[in-house]
Amino acid sequence: MQFWAIQTLNSLALGGLLFLLSAGFSLIFGLMRIANLTHGALFMVGAYLGATLLRWVPNLWIVALLSGLIVAAFGFLLEKFILEKLKGNVFSQVLVTLGFAYIIADFCLVTWGGDPIPIPTPPSLQQPLRVAGLAFPAFRLAVVGIAVLAAIVLYLFIERTRIGAMIRAGVDDMEMARAVGIPVRRLFSIVFCLGAGLAGAGGVIGGPIMSAYPGLDADMLPLALIVVILGGVGSLVGAFVGSFITAFVYTFGVALFPQLAYVILFLPMIFVIAFRPRGLFGKFAA
Amino acid sequence: MATELALSVEGIDALYGESHVLHAVSLSLRPGTVLALLGRNGAGKTTCMSTIIGFLRPRAGTIRVFGEKISGLLPEAIARRGVGLVPQGRRVFPTLTVEENLKVAARPAPGGWTLEKVYALFSRLQERRAQHAGSLSGGEQQMLAIARALMGNPRVLLLDEPSEGLAPIIVAEVARTIARLKAEGQSIVLVEQNVKLALKLADDAVILNTGRIAFAGEAEALRRDETLITQQLGVH
Ligand SMILES: Nc1ncnc2c1ncn2[C@@H]1O[C@H](COP(=O)(O)OP(=O)(O)OP(=O)(O)O)[C@@H](O)[C@H]1O
Ligand SMILES: [Mg+2]
Repeated sequence: MQFWAIQTLNSLALGGLLFLLSAGFSLIFGLMRIANLTHGALFMVGAYLGATLLRWVPNLWIVALLSGLIVAAFGFLLEKFILEKLKGNVFSQVLVTLGFAYIIADFCLVTWGGDPIPIPTPPSLQQPLRVAGLAFPAFRLAVVGIAVLAAIVLYLFIERTRIGAMIRAGVDDMEMARAVGIPVRRLFSIVFCLGAGLAGAGGVIGGPIMSAYPGLDADMLPLALIVVILGGVGSLVGAFVGSFITAFVYTFGVALFPQLAYVILFLPMIFVIAFRPRGLFGKFAA
Repeated sequence: MATELALSVEGIDALYGESHVLHAVSLSLRPGTVLALLGRNGAGKTTCMSTIIGFLRPRAGTIRVFGEKISGLLPEAIARRGVGLVPQGRRVFPTLTVEENLKVAARPAPGGWTLEKVYALFSRLQERRAQHAGSLSGGEQQMLAIARALMGNPRVLLLDEPSEGLAPIIVAEVARTIARLKAEGQSIVLVEQNVKLALKLADDAVILNTGRIAFAGEAEALRRDETLITQQLGVH
């Protein structure tokens, strides 16, 4: 009983982190039509920045915010000064994001070394929560809460504001969006910044569960890809649902059939690609 | 210039990759008038609209709106300089609501089109304001596409086959709307396969034939020249 309860909570927490990672990934993919392959690296550099910042600012949530802002600023510069110059050439843009993924990974290795750096759980959340005789790690519950909160705020932004409607218009039909005068360049900046910031903050919030280590980027990026292929490109609801499906499959896969975790993870994705190429909620195929 | 043109297209060439579609095409739209752009399937009418709005860059030639050069600009910049497009196939944003379709395109101008005025013009849209545009009927989508273009308060309105695929009663409504916009002084380029409809509304007309100008002159002259119509457009 404890096993199932804990694995369920682990899945929920991982799903929350995956949502923070993949919401931006999906929006960038949907609007700009590029798979941003730096996204895993942005998550990782966020975690490392968090580990360092925590020495000066001893509050995980404030550090997550700061780290998110720094990574968002980096994303802004990357989009503005490099991707923008390659506009219209999606293949080059994706290659550049891959290049930057390696550059960031090496930068992290040089700066923070090869050993994992733990990120402590906030003291107030170290005691497990006891419900019906079961013990739940309080921090993981908090992660789920944060992710749900982020999802609601993002949802309101995308679904209830004019800028959000412009982003959706661009996902629907980029050419017509431009033709009605929507400043799509600015939307690219906004979405890229937002996506990078969420990934960076996600790295810090995931820190107490995963810590910061070389290879965190490569562990997270495929999961984000799976989420987006499952949920559908450019769909926030898809990213949300896809994150939790992926997290449950992965967590239980690893716990029950450790040798087959990746098979179990990629199998549903192959089915989705074969039978529903646009994903569960998407408008076009990745 | 004594009488400045609303839109002047001067000798443009346009290509899709290697395939040369428009050859030295010129159009002159006088302010407050309707210019009909006619031609058979594949003549290059839509390509012409795409070049004006900036989807395609002309290889040669210049495009001006009220004297201001727009060729070479991005579509969003061309839209902001006052060109509104109602594209072939309507291309409303299907996952946005009717009202969102209008709001994202809004560029207010003093005394210009607003949500209220556009709803007054198309009351059906007001009834369906909260509905997703993708769920509208073809006629309603056409009205939304027109309304969306008007929300940008264009100085020049490009209408690409607004009657295509619509029931006769809806076509009549679209025609009434165009006539009304013209009466209010809107400058319009009207691309049509429905020659009768186009010539009824137009002051001037241009016929494209495989990407070249085959006729340019007053609509009245074309109305009287049935041989030319039959020969160029295959209809009466
Ligand atoms: N995206 C494209 N790529 C390559 N060729 C194209 C493209 N779009 C149109 N063409 C070609 O350009 C020519 C002109 O097409 P265009 O759509 O401008 O014609 P049209 O006059 O609008 O026709 P219709 O009345 O059917 O809408 C055609 O030969 C067409 O096959
Ligand atoms: Mg056409």
